[in-house]
Amino acid sequence: MNFSARTLILLGFLLLLAAVPALAAAFKEPFYLDLFRRIMIFAIAALSLNLILGYGGMVSFGHAAYLGVGAYAVGILAHHGIHDGFLQWGLAIGASALVALVIGAVSVRTSGIYFIMITLAFTQMLYYLGISIKEYGGDDGLRLAKLSQFGDLVDLSNPTAFYYLVLGLLTLLLLLVQRLVNSRFGMVIRAAKSNEARTRAIGLSPYPYRLAAFVIAGAICGLAGALLVNQTAYLTPDFMNWTRSGELMFMVILGGIGTTAGPLLGAAALLLLEDLLQGWSLLPTWVHRYWQLYLGIILVLVVLFAKRGLAGLLPERKGGKDG
Amino acid sequence: MAETMLEARALHKAFGALAATDGVDFEVRAGETHAIIGPNGAGKTTFISQLSGTLRPDRGQIFFAGEDITSLAAPARSLKGLARSFQITSIYRDFSTLDNVALAVQANAGHSFHFWRAARDEKELREPARAILEEVGLGARAEVVAANLAHGEQRQLEIAMALATRPRLLLLDEPVAGMGTEESQRMVEFLATLKGRQTIVLVEHDMDAVFSLADRISVLVYGRIIASGSPEQIRANPEVRAAYLGEET
Repeated sequence: MNFSARTLILLGFLLLLAAVPALAAAFKEPFYLDLFRRIMIFAIAALSLNLILGYGGMVSFGHAAYLGVGAYAVGILAHHGIHDGFLQWGLAIGASALVALVIGAVSVRTSGIYFIMITLAFTQMLYYLGISIKEYGGDDGLRLAKLSQFGDLVDLSNPTAFYYLVLGLLTLLLLLVQRLVNSRFGMVIRAAKSNEARTRAIGLSPYPYRLAAFVIAGAICGLAGALLVNQTAYLTPDFMNWTRSGELMFMVILGGIGTTAGPLLGAAALLLLEDLLQGWSLLPTWVHRYWQLYLGIILVLVVLFAKRGLAGLLPERKGGKDG
Repeated sequence: MAETMLEARALHKAFGALAATDGVDFEVRAGETHAIIGPNGAGKTTFISQLSGTLRPDRGQIFFAGEDITSLAAPARSLKGLARSFQITSIYRDFSTLDNVALAVQANAGHSFHFWRAARDEKELREPARAILEEVGLGARAEVVAANLAHGEQRQLEIAMALATRPRLLLLDEPVAGMGTEESQRMVEFLATLKGRQTIVLVEHDMDAVFSLADRISVLVYGRIIASGSPEQIRANPEVRAAYLGEET
């Protein structure tokens, strides 16, 4: 295996993340442990979206659905007194994959604006479903009485242990998606994005491959949902709000569409900027008060001037592989 | 007489009131190079799009190697050995030249639900692809991103991709369209090397190319085939001269 400059930078970034718990402890700023864990959880969600949006050209505007399904799977089991993490997370992944299969079966045949609208509509349906089920808190949501239990394996109530678990999963999933998009399977979904008519003419029907990618992305995002509800110990239908889908999309675009490191860079940039604009004491209060406005301006500038996202600013790849 | 490779029977396709294909009977024999000519708007691309499966005919049937393929979609027809090049170059512009051809090889090497091994490291995809690039004369351009190829090279690449599917019949929609004289000459020379070992249906405006390559020619005018025969017969046909060749020469 030969490492491109981009891969090395990504590895460096992961090492940096590995150092966060020690740094946070040294500077007595436990908040940053929490923030970076949150960043990594969103990076997992964003990398799943990047698989279908960046590589498959499927602009899903409802990806928060799987965050929600994953979170509710954990929350509902916990509500009924089942705290086993393997069961909870297994259900989160399985249920998200199933929901993705249903949504995908309908939406993947369409493209362009129809695809966007159908994925959005399904997610709104789930959102309103979440609001209407009073048993699971309705609008107010659900408090997680206990975090997911993994016996002696890992204790999520230990912030550092939870942190490294998330980092491990993120690293694993980055590798998985990297393999996936360069495999025969990945070549098909990328080819179908690049030129569908040509793909059909050489004998490939894109539908089953796109649908499979859609389901894989849903399952990964479901896992992110299970992580997120453990992060917040609380869930509301807002997990599935369409603005959440928009945020995920923004992370992907900001970080660099169709790149391995993009989702991580995008999630980190967006959440760090949010935090900085809201809370950094060196900034004047008029920035704190209208932080969304300034965030918006920065995002517009990035999209305008770094068309290939933050990953696009990294050194160009040389060989055939996408880094 | 050689066996029939492809046959269209009473094919109809209308766009609103316009009958773009109006009761076409058409036959391609195994091994021959069969050209379809006709003035602009005669319905040539519509016709071969129905042959390749991109368009569904309103009525009529299409047989390929004796099998009724009328209801098959384009990917299934391609897997049966019906390969197509497009009038407007259709390649993967953001992939390398070699990737383009390797994808065509992959499409015909069973399903693609392989998730782990890097497709670009697979010899069974890369080597046949490389061999075909050598054959069409693009061997030196294998690593170039397809968007950066010259127009003529992109046309060659398209034919390379069609060949990579190991077709029994090659449908070429204006392979020399938009080429300079030198480029188109090279393309015609290359197509001549395929002649005989490859059954070809060729839609082309360039009459020099048509008459130097075709074993038989069918003339399509306003959705109907008005004549079909050897190049000499077509050249001598007064109806054809009136409808078509007269305008050109």
